[in-house]
Amino acid sequence: MNEIKNLITQNIRKFGMIIALVGIVIIFQVLTGGILLTPLNITNIIMQNSYIIILAIGMVLVIITGEIDLSVGSVAAFIGAISATFMISMNMPVVLAVLLSLVIGALIGAWQGFWVAFIKVPAFIVTLAGMLLFRGLTMVVLGGRTLAPFPTQFRTISSSFMNDWFSGDSLHLFTIILGVIACILYVVMQVKFRKNMKKYNQVVSSPTLFVTKVVSVVIIIGFFAYRLAAYAGIPYILLILLILVAGYTFYMNRTIGGRHIYAVGGNERAALLSGVKAKKVKFWVYVNMGVLAALAGLVFAGRLNAATPQAGNLFELDAIAAAVIGGASLTGGIGTVVGAVIGSLIMGVLNNGMSLLGVGIDWQQAIKGLVLLGAVAFDILNKKKSS
Amino acid sequence: MGDVILEMKNITKAFPGVKALDDVNFKVEEGEIHALVGENGAGKSTLMKVLSGIHPFGSYSGEIHFRNQRCEFKDINESEAKGIVIIHQELALIPDLSVAENVYLGNEQTEKGIIDWGKTTIETNKLIQQVGLRVESSDLIRHIGVGQQQLVEIAKALSKKVNLLILDEPTAALNETESENLLDLLVEFKKQGLTSVLISHKLKEVLKVADHITVLRDGKTIETLSAKDGNITEDRIIRGMVGRSLDNLYPDRNVNIGDVMLEIINWTVAHPQIPNRLVANKVNFNVRKGEILGIAGLMGAGRTELMMSIFGRMYGKFLSGKLKKNGHEISIKDVDEAIRHGMAYVSEDRKEYGLILEDSIKKNMTLSGLSKLLKKITIDEYKESEVVEELKVKLNIKAPHVNQKVINLSGGNQQKVVLGKWIYTDPDILILDEPTRGIDVGAKNEIYKIMNKLAENGKCIIVISSELPELLGTCDRIYTLSNGCMTGEFLKAEANQEKLMTYMTRDNRSEVK
Repeated sequence: MNEIKNLITQNIRKFGMIIALVGIVIIFQVLTGGILLTPLNITNIIMQNSYIIILAIGMVLVIITGEIDLSVGSVAAFIGAISATFMISMNMPVVLAVLLSLVIGALIGAWQGFWVAFIKVPAFIVTLAGMLLFRGLTMVVLGGRTLAPFPTQFRTISSSFMNDWFSGDSLHLFTIILGVIACILYVVMQVKFRKNMKKYNQVVSSPTLFVTKVVSVVIIIGFFAYRLAAYAGIPYILLILLILVAGYTFYMNRTIGGRHIYAVGGNERAALLSGVKAKKVKFWVYVNMGVLAALAGLVFAGRLNAATPQAGNLFELDAIAAAVIGGASLTGGIGTVVGAVIGSLIMGVLNNGMSLLGVGIDWQQAIKGLVLLGAVAFDILNKKKSS
Repeated sequence: MGDVILEMKNITKAFPGVKALDDVNFKVEEGEIHALVGENGAGKSTLMKVLSGIHPFGSYSGEIHFRNQRCEFKDINESEAKGIVIIHQELALIPDLSVAENVYLGNEQTEKGIIDWGKTTIETNKLIQQVGLRVESSDLIRHIGVGQQQLVEIAKALSKKVNLLILDEPTAALNETESENLLDLLVEFKKQGLTSVLISHKLKEVLKVADHITVLRDGKTIETLSAKDGNITEDRIIRGMVGRSLDNLYPDRNVNIGDVMLEIINWTVAHPQIPNRLVANKVNFNVRKGEILGIAGLMGAGRTELMMSIFGRMYGKFLSGKLKKNGHEISIKDVDEAIRHGMAYVSEDRKEYGLILEDSIKKNMTLSGLSKLLKKITIDEYKESEVVEELKVKLNIKAPHVNQKVINLSGGNQQKVVLGKWIYTDPDILILDEPTRGIDVGAKNEIYKIMNKLAENGKCIIVISSELPELLGTCDRIYTLSNGCMTGEFLKAEANQEKLMTYMTRDNRSEVK
């Protein structure tokens, strides 16, 4: 019992978000009379929020280095417009157009990273300029019109589902199998990790707690796999998201590059004197943000099946809000990829739940604003208490 | 014996995982200078934070009585209302405001809600006189020296109705003359009836001015000594602070000096903003294997600037000069290259330049040597834990575990973490910039031992220090630096404080021209 208490107080930052997410899900599940967790709606939530999650992953890295990026919404719109020009006006093959778009995203990131990292113009200014610049260029590219429709192949990324190679009846068998594999992988990894921790004399949680944790995660994975299987299976975009989350989490926690990103955000001068190339780290974090903004722009354009001048409006604020709700600190050095994803899901479930309840867009905005403020205030109060 | 002005009874304050204060009793008499001494992490600052309300009532147990009234301060305003004013080690002045604006910040002199600048200036001028500042009330804080800034803090304290003045390490950043002036000022205040509490590591200063000395150790009050009869010695206080007598602050070592490892030839560096000002002017020096080399110089002589420019050109604009290691000329353009050439630099300001305070001991210690932990593309975290545990034991870092955030460690332990970070890179040349600044005698002794051990293993150690006894006690050879020029070179046997001081203050510029 004591252990659980300790664990919760010490990890309230991490647990706080998860508890908040679970709480919000339960509240809306009850309020909507069970609609929230229907197979169709779960699929919807994932697809509706995919581009914000992609942006939030990039944004949390930027925030960890102690910077900010206000331009991602405009960049996403610009890439949407460019890709539409490639595919619709110029009839370029889809794969080539997508690759070119991602490269252009990287170049945009390099442009902003150059000003922030090497010339040391404050990121707020550079990306505010970028926000105006790329919104303007979007309108130039589109000539104020909307370009549509995209080729079907392109829309696969954002709106299609993986084939059921096992041709299940009412259930999408492939999804179930993937879910089972995920569960097994998770359990094996956890057990191995625990064994290693013990081997190196690190403190591990008690067996009961460990089993509880593993079992609940397995139940959650199983539940979602089952639900997804009951609708149309796994959307491609979910696969992309899972790969991104796993890849970036691995990079941030297990590689030297990730350590350096945290170090630069935690104390840039100390990092410099420790041999970290702080300028390069910042530059590449912006390049990465540019690529992810481009990917988000492609997903959004594909989902809308059109490139519009207004696309991506206020996406930057959603992404920043998601990262911050997920525990990232704007002063740098603190934050996690998983946190940012949970932050986006909290915002996403709020949106979806309120829409299901028929709450107007006006109140939705207002409530989201309060949630953002509340989340950060809670975090700060918590920090004070523990110091 | 005067009346008791302040009594703190049975104060206990715990932080998560550490008991910072354990049943501490502290009594100050009216009109005295009471020194509070103890090793870093002994709880001095915490005790003062409890007193001033920074740790509010309720977050600790015990009682505070001030002038026979029980006090329960919830914040710093309440304690200031009683006339308890604390001047922190880190100065709380705003660089871009004037002296007058800083003195009356938060206590503005107003007339019907509007700031009366005339009155502010007149009152500030009076205070400037009183504390012996040599600045105008309109000067910006940014443009005056650290010693003067300290006096501005004191003027600020005096501008409020002050009954008890608490100074936390007021002389840490001051040179000898400035410290002297400050202590004289405290004695002057005492004559006027002001009570002060002086927290200091510099025991000489303490013995000079204090009437009583309270010693804290590991969060407990050890003793309160009366210094009035003059038979208290530094050794006596140190015994109380470390719980044992320190026979030899500067430990012996087997001196075994080999060939020249590093040679600097005609090193010239310009100030980063002012291109025609040279912070290093044709500097030549060398250091041998197994040697501990000292660099002596006053503040502003360019010691840190010189070393940082050698360590990967981290300061100023490099103009000319050669760097030879083991007789071969090498070029080092950034820190990464410096590390690869076996150099390490421990900064004088560990919080700003040495540590990532919000990160753990572990992550701080391996930051410079992460490539050694590489397993394919990932960091081998098990090996990392093992390595750090080993260093923690070797350096005797006092912390419950290596995942502890370094912000929660005492100064001495933080310094050991920085040292550990560089020891892990296994350097040939270790540059230590003020390695024992702001840390207690016990930890100092341990750091000297670490230096000795490294030198015995054939490493070169370069020590920059403002404390001449430290250089004389640890180094084999000492260079003096003044105004960016090397002015002298002394072997241990021929050096003494007077000699060094003469060369440190010698201005070479006329000779260069």
